[in-house]
Order: sequence, then structure tokens, then C-alpha cells
Amino acid sequence: MIVATIAFYIFAGVAIAAGFMVIAARNPVHSVLFLILAFFNAAGLFVLMGAEFLAMILIIVYVGAVAVLFLFVVMMLDIDFAELREGFLQYMPIGALIGLIVLLELLLVAGTWTLAPEVASLAASPIPPMADVTNAEAIGQVMYTQYVYFFQAAGMVLLVAMIGAIVLTLRKKPDAQRQSIPDQVARTAETAVELKKVEPGQGL
Amino acid sequence: MEQLLSEYLPIVIFLGLSAVISIALLIVPFVIAPSNPDPEKLSAYECGFEAFDDSRMRFDVKFYLVAILFIIFDLEVAFLFPWAVSLGDVGLFGFWSMMAFLGVLTIGFIYEWKKGALEWD
Amino acid sequence: METALAMPDLGPALAEIILAVGAMALLMLGVFRGDGSSRAVSIGSIALLIVAAFAVISQPDERVLTFGGAFVMDGFAIVMKCLVLAGSAIAIVMAQSFMARENIDRFEFPVLILLATLGMIMMVSANGLIALYMGLELQSLALYVVASFHRDNTRSTEAGLKYFVLGALASGMLLYGSSLIYGFSGTTNFDVLAGVIAMNGMSTGLIFGLVFLMAGLAFKISAVPFHMWTPDVYEGAPTPVTAFFAAAPKIAAMALFLRVMYGGFADAVFQWQQVVVFISIASMVLGAFAAIGQTNIKRLMAYSSIGHMGFALVGLAAGTPEGVKGVVIYLTIYLIMNAGVFCCILAMRHKEGPVEEISDLAGLSQNQPMLAAVFAMLMFSLAGIPPLAGFFAKFYVFLAAINAGLYALAIIGVLASVVGAFYYLRVVKIIYFDDPAPAFAGPMGSEIRAVLAVSALFTLLFILYPTPVLKMAEGAANSLVPTVEAAEAPAAAAESAH
Repeated sequence: MIVATIAFYIFAGVAIAAGFMVIAARNPVHSVLFLILAFFNAAGLFVLMGAEFLAMILIIVYVGAVAVLFLFVVMMLDIDFAELREGFLQYMPIGALIGLIVLLELLLVAGTWTLAPEVASLAASPIPPMADVTNAEAIGQVMYTQYVYFFQAAGMVLLVAMIGAIVLTLRKKPDAQRQSIPDQVARTAETAVELKKVEPGQGL
Repeated sequence: MEQLLSEYLPIVIFLGLSAVISIALLIVPFVIAPSNPDPEKLSAYECGFEAFDDSRMRFDVKFYLVAILFIIFDLEVAFLFPWAVSLGDVGLFGFWSMMAFLGVLTIGFIYEWKKGALEWD
Repeated sequence: METALAMPDLGPALAEIILAVGAMALLMLGVFRGDGSSRAVSIGSIALLIVAAFAVISQPDERVLTFGGAFVMDGFAIVMKCLVLAGSAIAIVMAQSFMARENIDRFEFPVLILLATLGMIMMVSANGLIALYMGLELQSLALYVVASFHRDNTRSTEAGLKYFVLGALASGMLLYGSSLIYGFSGTTNFDVLAGVIAMNGMSTGLIFGLVFLMAGLAFKISAVPFHMWTPDVYEGAPTPVTAFFAAAPKIAAMALFLRVMYGGFADAVFQWQQVVVFISIASMVLGAFAAIGQTNIKRLMAYSSIGHMGFALVGLAAGTPEGVKGVVIYLTIYLIMNAGVFCCILAMRHKEGPVEEISDLAGLSQNQPMLAAVFAMLMFSLAGIPPLAGFFAKFYVFLAAINAGLYALAIIGVLASVVGAFYYLRVVKIIYFDDPAPAFAGPMGSEIRAVLAVSALFTLLFILYPTPVLKMAEGAANSLVPTVEAAEAPAAAAESAH
């Protein structure tokens, strides 16, 4: 299927280019926008593999929430990014070296790709045929029962994230004026209006 | 797999169409709009002065708190989709498993509420 | 599908459930009673940790799997979980008065410690890569937050941020390794993985996966070369948090390290032994030499903990049940000594606030002779001077290394401990022979006094009655590494898990 192949190369190429631009863009806000582009293309790659649910999650969670969070963080920091970037070239050689090593390792792994014969049969939960069940159903059938332990652990991780975010960033202003709806509702004409007799020339 | 991908044909056509239109609309002004730039026209205007400094300003950390609390509940919703479509298969245990998960996050929600993290000031 | 629908056996995970539910209950208690409730929540947390410890002890000694083989409970897990729970309880006891004096005694602190502890005991019981990662993340996330708990202090914030960024990097390496292991073996379960390796040997991909996984784990126990975060985080974090970091998370991560190596990669000893020997030597040597130049007592303790993890790794490198026994003994003694030392560090405060320079200790022998004597004794024990507990900790791991034929490792270890003794003795010298510095303010809290007394007595009297610790460690080692007659057990377990 030639269209799928073309689509794969478009998505993969744009994803890599966008990923490069994330670290190369001068303006950090542009970096975040390129990150969003990279997420979209990764979602496209998921769709090509038939993982529609993951593609949807990538859009909803990463583009919809994580990228927005990054944008806020970038805008929250008062950093001169041009100055920060000056050291970039200085660290370039060592960064390139590490990248090269990781690449070599990847090639080595890919080159020696030998799966044990019984590996395929070992896969913990085989993927059901796509025509019968959708992605979301296939995930749902195992996540809440077979993998309940991980599922509940994920819940605890989210709880820690909530507590952590509040502990570290929430500051209460003691003198903030807040609306108190019960107080407003409980007000009557008697408590709201006060009539005063003002003597001429005296004031209150 | 091919059948699955062919289901995406309409959206591919749609995306292609919108890409063509938006790129065309970007390029056409370059070609036909008049353009005579000069330095005065292009410089930032700030009450007759040169611009003093960067117009970017720092966001309050409150935005971050709102965003991260949103992400957490966004993820919670993401967990609900597969559960909703497979509820018939996973049975009572699957149902209560999700209820326990939601219970944990509800505890977190009550904590947020009582702490006043959902109020703006 | 029918088997998956059945409710898994929750019994083995009783302690985890108690901690999770209890932590949420205490969170609700705290938030409804307001900011003044931190003392009540702290006491509740300690009670909860004790209840969880009883739930752990009540488990049967034999190996039980649940949650589809992802969660394992055995004699080893019982011992390690008890150590972790004890470490967390001690940290909360030590924290209360310090946090109150620094005006950061918010009720979230004990709750976060409880949730971190939950992550740790999940790590101890992890029998698969996903369970390993979930436990590790739960623990780390809570630790990042408590590291920067003193949020108006730049040092504390910096500590949290550094820990977070480097911890995320380590998590990334660990995940990369895990995905390689899964890709090449087709399983995330350690029992099945051991079966695959026994049948097919280690492929190149699996070796890469193993090395990345070990790098991630080495970060968590702050073994060299993944130690760079330790001094900064130890120095910046509030002192009770540092005391906590030096004990419970290290024990949990070491337990996880043992579990992965002796569980999933039991037949790849040859491959992982080289790496463990390397990080062990590097940690011992760097811990000994880098600590010499330190002037801050918390930084000194950071390098000390790097060195101690190196010594504990000697036992792991041995690759024998005796080695595991050595590691468990080491961690037990280290936990208790460490608690004592940090009690002494908590006593270092002037009227204006806590002080952390080693030179502030000068003349302690005249100002507070009792504290000085205990501090010096603990320093001798950390250095491994014979009649004290610290000596026996080192003795058992070196014995295991020698019996396993790792003579070079044992010799380097002994030399490193001689170099290390230098900086511990320097502290003693400053306490006893330097010109007196201003005395420390105020008496120590009674709870800190109690922890210090227990720690000192244990360190001093271990030689008289070491049997319980040795027996406990031996039981743990035998349940983790099955002896010859029980060698068929993991294969059978692998089959049943599959």
C-alpha cells in the first residue's frame, strides 16, 4: 500500500524535523509550537500502526494539556534565552559524542536483532484481531482486571502529582477579598440598607 | 490494517485540502500585495520612544498550577474511555476497579478544593 | 479471559493497601483540620507505618505471587519492607520538631513520606518491569517534592529541581532498558524472563537492556558514576529529609536491585557481575576520596552514603546467597547508624537556626560531652572500627566477596574503608581536640534523644547479640536465592505465571 508508505515517511520526516527545531528554535515559544507539531506527527505514526487509541490520547493529553503546560512554564520563567543559548555551541561536541554513542548502540541492537523463537508466544497478552475489537476495547479488557495493580498504582502517582503541585506552588494571599455567596444570599433589606438622618452642615 | 487505513481517507483528503488552501493564502499576499518596507515603518512604536525592553512578561505561577491540575483530570478521563467501551466484558470487578481509581482522584479533588487551589486569588 | 476477570488475591498486598488508604485518610484529616494538624498527622503516620509493618510480618514466609505474577511476597520482601517502614517512621519522628522550628511543618510532609514509602514497598515486591517502574516513579515523585519542601529556601528548591531533572533522566534510561528487555525477551515478568534467559542465554539486545536498567537503578542508590546529584540534594534538602533520603529509598532501591539481578537475570551473573563490580569499586573509592575535602557535614554524609552503597554492592557483586545475606546485614546496620548520625546533625543548631559546617562541631566534647561521645562512637562505627556494628556490616560483605573469589574487590574495599576512616576520624578530632566553637542552643527533643539512644545502643551492643539480625538476613537471602534443592522452584513459578 503505497499511500501508507508515503504517509509514514511524511509523518516520520516532519516529526524528526520538528524535534530538531524544538532544540534549535531561537524563541522558546516557537520550540513549544514545534513540539506540538512533533506530537501531531507521532500521532499520525500511531494511526499508521493501527493504534488509534494511543493516537487519540497523544492528541488529547500531550497536545491538549502537556504542551499548554510547557507554554505556561516557558512564559513563567524570566530567562534570557539568547544568553542561555550562548553555551550551546560550547557543549555541542560532547552532546554530539553522546548522541553518536547512543546511535551506535541502537545500530548494534538493530543489527543483532535475534528474537528467541518462543518470544512471540510469550507476549503477555496477544493483540486481538483489529477487525473484531477496537484498540480502546482491547486495552479496556485487560487494564482494569488483569493489570489492576498497575492501574491503581497510576492512580496513586496522579494523587502524588496533585499533592506535589499544590505543596510547591500554591500560595494563599491572606488579604484577598473573596466572594461569599451564602453571605450574599442571607442578606435582607434590613441588613443591607441603613437609613441615617443627616443634620444639615454636619455630615456623618 | 489496510481497511482500517482506508477509513481515514476522508480525513486525509480534508487535511490535504486545508493544507493547500492555507498555504495558498499564505503565498498569494507575498506575490500580489504591495510591499515597500523602510526602517521607520518596521520599527516598534512606543509613544515616540524606542522600545525600552522585551514586551514579554512573566506569567504567574498560578497558571502552572491550573494547567497541571487539568492534566491530571485529563488523564483520568483518558482512562475512562477504554473502560466505558469494554465495561460489558470486564464485569463487576472491572467496574469496581475503576471506582477505586476514581475514589483516589476524588480524594485528591477534595484536597484541592479545601486547600483553595481551585480559587484564582 | 475468565481467569483475568476473577478478583486477584489482595492478601499479599495488605500492607500496600493499608498504607494507600491510610495516607488518603490522613490527607483528608489534615486538610479538614487545617494547617495546625501537622503534629496529629505525623503521629497518625507513624501509627500507620507500624500497622503496615505488622501487616508485613503477618505474611507467610513462602513465596506468594498475586496480580497475575506482577507482585511477589516472600521472606526477602518481608525483611526489606520492615526495614523501609522503620526508616520512614524514624524520618517522620525526627522531622516533626525540626519542621516546626523552621515553620514548614505542613501536614503534607508526613503524607508525602507515606506515599513515598508506599512506592518503596511496591518496589521491594515488584516481580516485573512494569511493577518496578510504577513503584519507582511513585517513590521518586514524592521524594522530588519533599526535597524542595522548604520552598522559600533557594537551596532546597535547587535540590528538588536537580533531583527531579537527573531523576527523570535516570527514569528515561531505565525505561529504555526495560523496553529493550521486553522487546528481546517478550515478557515483563521476572520469572518468565529468567526462564527465557535460562533457555536461550543473553542476546546482545538483552545485555543492552540490562545495562540501561542497571544504570537507572544505580542512579537511585547513588552509585558512581550516577552519584552527581547526591551531594547537592543532601546539602540543600531540609535535614530530616536528608536523613530520610539516606536511609529508606536506598534500602528499597537496593532491594529492587537484588530482586532484578537474582530474579530475572539469575542466569546472567557473568554479565551483570562485571558492571556491579565496577560501580562498587568506583563508589567505594570516590566516596572515600571525595569526602576528605568536605566542610559541610551534610555533604560529608552524602559522600559517606555513596561509599556505603559501594560497600553494600560488594555483597551484590558476590552473586551468592551469602552475598545477599551480607547486603541485608549491611543495610540494616547502615539504617540504624545513619539515623543516629542524623540525630546528632539535627542537634547542631544555634539560636539563629541550624548550622551545618563541620567546624561548628569544634569543642563539642566540652559543651555536650554525652552527645560528643555518641557522635564519635557513631563515626567510628561508620568507619568500620572493630567492636562496633559498622565493622560487622563490612565484615560480612567482604567475607561473601572472598568466598565468591572476588579477591581484588575485597582488597580495594578494605583499602577504601581505610581511606574513608580518615575523614570520619577527622570529625572526631574536631569534636575532641579543636578550640571550642560556640555551644549549640537548646536541648534536643525527647523523641530525637530516644532515636539516638536506640541507635547508639544498637551500634555498641551489636557484637554481644548479633544473632537476630544474622538470622533475619539469612532467611531473606535464602528466600531470594533458592538453594540447590529448591532450584526447580523458579522454573515452576515461571510456568504458573505464564
